[in-house]
Amino acid sequence: MKQVIVLNVNGEPYTVAVYPWQTLNEVLREEINLTGVKFGCGSGDCGACTVMVDGRAVSSCLTLAIEMQGKEIMTIEGLAPSGETLHPIQESFVEKGAIQCGFCTPGMEMAALNLLKNNPTPSDYEIREALAGNLCRCTGYKKIIEAVGVAGQKMKEASERKTS
Amino acid sequence: MRLSHFDYHAPETVAQAIALMQAKPGARLMAGGTDLLIKMRHAGLKLQDVISVKSIKGLNTITVDENKGLSIGATALLADVALHPDILKYYPTVAQAARGTANAQVRNMGTVIGNLCNASPAADNAPTLLAMNAEVEIHGPGGQRRMPLEQFFKGPGITALQPAEIVTAVHAPKLAPHTGTAYISLSARGQLDCTAVGVAAMIVLKGKACEEVRIFISSCGPTPVRALKTEAIARGKELTEAVIEQAGNQAAGEVKPIADVRASAGYREKMVAVLTRRVLSQAYTRASE
Ligand SMILES: Cc1cc2nc3c(=O)[nH]c(=O)nc-3n(C[C@H](O)[C@H](O)[C@H](O)COP(=O)(O)OP(=O)(O)OC[C@H]3O[C@@H](n4cnc5c(N)ncnc54)[C@H](O)[C@@H]3O)c2cc1C
Repeated sequence: MKQVIVLNVNGEPYTVAVYPWQTLNEVLREEINLTGVKFGCGSGDCGACTVMVDGRAVSSCLTLAIEMQGKEIMTIEGLAPSGETLHPIQESFVEKGAIQCGFCTPGMEMAALNLLKNNPTPSDYEIREALAGNLCRCTGYKKIIEAVGVAGQKMKEASERKTS
Repeated sequence: MRLSHFDYHAPETVAQAIALMQAKPGARLMAGGTDLLIKMRHAGLKLQDVISVKSIKGLNTITVDENKGLSIGATALLADVALHPDILKYYPTVAQAARGTANAQVRNMGTVIGNLCNASPAADNAPTLLAMNAEVEIHGPGGQRRMPLEQFFKGPGITALQPAEIVTAVHAPKLAPHTGTAYISLSARGQLDCTAVGVAAMIVLKGKACEEVRIFISSCGPTPVRALKTEAIARGKELTEAVIEQAGNQAAGEVKPIADVRASAGYREKMVAVLTRRVLSQAYTRASE
């Protein structure tokens, strides 16, 4: 039986009717047309489907949509502060050439956000640990790791500018 | 790939969850779903009814009490256990095991209790809690009971839970002074892949000698295995290199691992010896500090 729920995605409420077995990934991609969220392995191994729920990165392929009522969901489409400005994470990925085919990028950036919002100056090890659940089949990990480090610096500088 | 169809129930109390399980035989509880949903999607598990544990109020608490010890509620996330300041301080190996489970995303969904109830012989959170003599708190139609974790695992995917029972928490006792614990696991993709071999130890010292030693080995049998003969070698002794060497060899002889995609039987046996040596010496050092 379908149940009507309200999903808060990137600050917008969406009223959707979902079956209990529909995943957040399916509803975001197919009902709300947020196709920046990818579907990869369906088993939590690849990280391509990563979104933020209440400020924490989760695999949307292993999350039931029906459990998302009342939560704040953020997808890659909600990362940039405006249509003109990129988020520091996006900026750094572009600058460092950390994007090849791009399929893993939305998930990588969500996993990076999950790390950097609490720890803007992570060690290389911490970056690797934070991205351990995200696979890049183009295998360009080195630049991704660099980009996350630079993004953290930018986020730290931006928040220092705000408070000074 | 889509999930097969099921009805979803969101009880708000433990009593409601028990009543639902009684009313819907064959229903399964789901916490983070990081084991259950994968079995449904990739291993053909078909369920009529899924009962949420996360909707039950008040089960997400973690407490570290000076006298009562550590309690981890059924919906406390792996990520919360991994980063809890008091767990890091008083039960660092418990935090380490949680942090070594899966990846950041899965740790933000999955639970320690789900890891235990899934009863995989490779479960990363089991060996340390077993070594510390933890107990699970179980609620069911017959009321409430506590069971040593050591009696909880019955086989791969099989626990001692009776129909319509739910685990609400795991409790680890307050650790005696001069206690040291350690857990080391090996897996293919950093910490992320399922553990191919894991060993945990707890040592309580009296002077320089081990007054108490508990050793558990994972992924080398249908459940985590207690290495009783290895414990006997170390008990009452100061852990010199010779004793540690002997204990490692004994531990390798105490398991009957199988070969699978993660490791051959021979590799597992060799690594049990190596990891037993390492956890014993780590736990011993920590107990002496
Ligand atoms: C990519 C990936 C990597 C992983 N890596 C690891 C790893 O490195 N180490 C490891 O040990 N595990 C790993 N896992 C397995 C899994 O994430 C853990 O076992 C996790 O702790 C399960 O918790 P959960 O809350 O998601 O359990 P669920 O899937 O919700 O439940 C698991 C089982 O326990 C039962 N159950 C849940 N809660 C209760 C309860 N309160 N009372 C009674 N029964 C209950 C369910 O019915 C089900 O049978 C991994 C999983 C994924 C997807």
